[in-house]
Amino acid sequence: MFKLLLNSIREYKKDTLKTPIYVMLEVAMEVVIPFLMANMIDYGIDQGNMTVVLRLGAGLFGLALLSLVFGTLAGRYSAIASAGFAKNLRHDMFKNVQNFSFSNIDKFSTSGIITRLTTDVTNVQQSFQMILRMASRSPMMIIFSLTAAFRIDPRLSLIFLAAMPFLALGLFLITKYAYPVFKRVFKNYDLLNRIVQENIRGIRIVKAYTREDYEVNKFKDVSTKIHDDFSFAEKILAFNMPLVQMSMYVSMLLLSWFGARAIVASGNNPLLGLSTGQLVSLMTYTIQILMSLMLLSMVFVMITISRASSERIAELIEEESNLKNGDNPVYTMENSEIRFEGVNFSYSEEADKLCLKNINLTIHPGETIGILGGTGSSKTTLVQLIPRLYDVTSGKITIGGIDVRDYDLQTLRDKVAVVLQKNVLFSGTVKDNLRWGDADASETDLVNACKIAQADQFIRALPQQYDTHIEQDGSNLSGGQKQRICLARALLKKPEILILDDSTSAVDTKTESFILKALRKYLPATTRLIISQRIVSVKDADKIIVMDDGMISAIGTHQELLRDSRIYREVYQSQGEGGRHIA
Amino acid sequence: MPRPMRHGSLAQGKPDLKKFSPQTLKRLFNYIKTYKLLLALVVLFIIISGLTYAMSSLFLQILIDDYIAPLLLEAVPNFSGLFRLIAIMGAVYLTGALATLFYNRIMVNVAQGVLKKIRDDMFTHMQSLPIRFFDTRSHGDVMSYYTNDADTLRQMITMSLPQIISALVTVTSVLLAMLYLSFWLTIFVLIFVVAAFQLLRYLVGRSGTYFVRQQQSLGNINGYIEEMISGLKVVKVFNHEKEVKKVFDRKNETLCNDSTEANKYANILMPVMHNLGYALYVLIAIVGGILAINGLTNYSLTGAGAISLGIIASFLQLSRNFINSLAHVTQQINSIIMALAGAERIFSLLDEKSEVDNGTVTLVNAQKKNGVLNEAKHRSDFWAWKVPSTDGQIIYTELRGEVSLNEVDFGYAQDSLVLHDITLYAEPGQKVAFVGATGAGKTTITNLINRFYDIADGKIHYDGININKIRKNDLRSSLGMVLQDVHLFTGTVMENIRYGRLDATDEECIEAAKLAHADSFIRMLPKGYDTILSGDGNSLSQGQKQLISIARAAVADPPVMILDEATSSIDTRTEAIVQKGMDSLMHGRTVFVIAHRLSTVQNADVIMVLDEGRIIERGSHDKLIAEKGRYYQLHTGAYELE
Repeated sequence: MFKLLLNSIREYKKDTLKTPIYVMLEVAMEVVIPFLMANMIDYGIDQGNMTVVLRLGAGLFGLALLSLVFGTLAGRYSAIASAGFAKNLRHDMFKNVQNFSFSNIDKFSTSGIITRLTTDVTNVQQSFQMILRMASRSPMMIIFSLTAAFRIDPRLSLIFLAAMPFLALGLFLITKYAYPVFKRVFKNYDLLNRIVQENIRGIRIVKAYTREDYEVNKFKDVSTKIHDDFSFAEKILAFNMPLVQMSMYVSMLLLSWFGARAIVASGNNPLLGLSTGQLVSLMTYTIQILMSLMLLSMVFVMITISRASSERIAELIEEESNLKNGDNPVYTMENSEIRFEGVNFSYSEEADKLCLKNINLTIHPGETIGILGGTGSSKTTLVQLIPRLYDVTSGKITIGGIDVRDYDLQTLRDKVAVVLQKNVLFSGTVKDNLRWGDADASETDLVNACKIAQADQFIRALPQQYDTHIEQDGSNLSGGQKQRICLARALLKKPEILILDDSTSAVDTKTESFILKALRKYLPATTRLIISQRIVSVKDADKIIVMDDGMISAIGTHQELLRDSRIYREVYQSQGEGGRHIA
Repeated sequence: MPRPMRHGSLAQGKPDLKKFSPQTLKRLFNYIKTYKLLLALVVLFIIISGLTYAMSSLFLQILIDDYIAPLLLEAVPNFSGLFRLIAIMGAVYLTGALATLFYNRIMVNVAQGVLKKIRDDMFTHMQSLPIRFFDTRSHGDVMSYYTNDADTLRQMITMSLPQIISALVTVTSVLLAMLYLSFWLTIFVLIFVVAAFQLLRYLVGRSGTYFVRQQQSLGNINGYIEEMISGLKVVKVFNHEKEVKKVFDRKNETLCNDSTEANKYANILMPVMHNLGYALYVLIAIVGGILAINGLTNYSLTGAGAISLGIIASFLQLSRNFINSLAHVTQQINSIIMALAGAERIFSLLDEKSEVDNGTVTLVNAQKKNGVLNEAKHRSDFWAWKVPSTDGQIIYTELRGEVSLNEVDFGYAQDSLVLHDITLYAEPGQKVAFVGATGAGKTTITNLINRFYDIADGKIHYDGININKIRKNDLRSSLGMVLQDVHLFTGTVMENIRYGRLDATDEECIEAAKLAHADSFIRMLPKGYDTILSGDGNSLSQGQKQLISIARAAVADPPVMILDEATSSIDTRTEAIVQKGMDSLMHGRTVFVIAHRLSTVQNADVIMVLDEGRIIERGSHDKLIAEKGRYYQLHTGAYELE
């Protein structure tokens, strides 16, 4: 897992490697400087010799300056490397997410993806920086101190080695218990994100039903969960520091005991064995090791927390989209004849209920097809299979004789434009939103498309016309206005196949008839599939498909269906007088 | 119904470069202060832990002078005394380690407690904010407050705070020891430290600026991710993945830059402090040497006397401890600055102004006994406004559902009105329909009645009471709403319906679903009413979602109902059934309807035809047809299409 993440360092490898090098140089200075300091006292101050003080002082100054430079560089490169690493992780995740199918998205949930891209990456970034800065410093200090200790008395220094397994065991147990709890903590972060997101998106419902307290309680449930789990996990981690302290303290006590015996045995003669002076040095090194270990243990805490995050990031990078290009994708579309052959579809593999059952259908290029049907009769599902928003469960759909799954996804979706039922606009200007259809569209193109969609007029009435800022989800436009911009956006793609999924439901009938007329006039060759609740929107179509409970109940022209289809007749009658749309 | 057009806001505007306000730190500490007692314990444990550490060096001296040296003189060394000493030290060390354990664990409690409190406070406050706030903020940016910004506080409180306390303890004790040795040299050290802090302040300032930017960029990117994943279907049908990635990369680059700069400056702090320590060491040696050579009198806590070489040597040792402790603090400065940056954003959310609510009139269940209106303890089919008058008396006014707008003007932005001079009366029990082209202001009118927005001019009365005087929650719970954009919450179908009235039984919810004609399809779902809806009910069709939202409103059983395009995605046959159900439910109650479909509108008692924010025609269907005005045109316009 860590290996997978480390792949994302890429162009920051150099900076990553530079950091420990500068840290090592800095540490080297830190090892030398205390010797100079000791000398300054011993030979300068104690002797009252100002020349020595000044000379050593100048040297010290120089070394300190060097150390400062190395330290600064180490800090600089660690900052660059870790921020860059984080950037690449986010990039890799987001890139993969863009290829996800909707079932991939459902698996992680929107909020889960957001947490991974921000909170989890921040955790990894912080510990990565900490590791870069501390992980080379502390081991170096430890090795330096250990070597020095061994040179004084190898036998006594074995005490340190004896302490190591205990330390390791302790740390192992700490992670073993803390790690799963941290995984749970970040799951709860997903939940927290979701609750906040839904609350913001549904704030009108919350306020209309005065459910503020209810929402607060819902939020407090999850914030309590985070509180409890995080506290629990961090309290386990709190054993870390005392564990390190204790193992070093015990080493010191053992050192004192055996050291004292050794000194007594040798008669405090360095030549025969240990001397008191040497014992003092050993103790100094012990304290140095202790300090370094404490720093290391802080790194260890960070790693434990970020391990849970790393795993979550890796999951997202590794997830394979189950909606991919075939092996030899087709890049051209010969003609736009659509055929459904025995298509069955269900949203999840487990569900025993099919949303679409045995659909057989041929739509010739340039035809206008109306689709009508009751609420939940799978009209939307039917059309979403064409640009492969979902893949069929069995059977196949071909365009121009080629299975849609064999097309290059981009080619396919370039040819098929869908105006979704739930229209989404993005924060940005009207123009920005329109250019989604065609990034290179000229001003005239934009205006023309808007004219066909009957949007030009109201856009010109906006405060800054085409440069008016649209809020997220178009919250500053009315439903009908949003729908018309969405339509214009789709027209700019100049598609071969245009699918309108009930996308004029909030537009008044008169405007809608203008839109339909304009489409006939300006896009005569485009195959049009129009889902609607209104008979008037579909009655002029070449063919009208009546959907019922996931099946095609009838196909035919308006007149044929009036004669043959009971459902169609009923719908017609329900709209006969009162079903017409005003305004 | 255009809402306010934003010209840049905190969320997406340029990151501001101002430094932290001192208030931020103070407010943060107000949160931490709740744990005064625990913090006192922490300080105690830190002191114990520090003392244990200090005793290590003392122990070594005692070991050598009082134990090893005498043992060397004994012919048959007796180690029992030494053993006792080591046992005692063992106990001392154990105490120290335990103290460390305790204060670390307590700090976890403090940190997580503060975090929870801050998160809860933010969310509670957010619920009180006006709709305007939500209109203009990127959703993901607001989400970032709860995670990325709140998280910055965690490390600071659990790790940095105890380190700082412990360093402060050391610094104070070392300072005392310094004063014990020499005033002059101490003053010199202090001057040096003050000078060093000027440098630090500069670095902290630079770093802080970038940390603030980092948190803003993080919020910004959070917003972008949220928007793009929520709109992924559109991204896909437009083949827009590449462009989206490009924009993401740009935002990502900005975040990376801010983060790099912030950490760069913060990472310099430690080496600077460390090496200033060495410089100080040299300076003290020189200054001390000069003082000694010139034979200046040394003043200290012990009195006056000549400065000795011994004093200078000891002082030098102390100065190292002093600077090391300070350097320890600087190590923690990253997390502190970052926490301040996070806190600054958090407090900006907490400082957003709540909806104004000066209402005193409340809604109560009522009963009529002998012609006198009384408050009922239980839910009755009867509501009353409880109006407290100035002299302390309480008057009960029956809720009849009479709504009147009197010369109402309104604009989302101050300079442009979208509603002009709206005057209308809805008699109790009437069905009032709003008709008009999209953008004519239909939804806006209903948004004024429930006070999602406040009117610019004119008056709105509800049963003769100015709606300003009614408590917002009571006003809103008297109005059932089915909104144009359906929003469902993650949870079971049953929970979603029950959102309308939390104490509704399962049977009541199912009854409401039947009324909304949702029961039959709900039963076909994998787990019926217990099916979990997630991601805004994306497993349902738009029409099915509308049916559930109607059921939700039906279960609330409100005295007045607002239906805003409630059936726009429902097929006309189903709609007819739903309509019948709703009509019987709302019989005798006031209903506002916004719709395109004639079937929904034509049996209304009054139809208001709106055009560009003005009511241009009003009356019953027959009357309007007879008048041959706009309504007639719209109506026959539909005819022409046939």
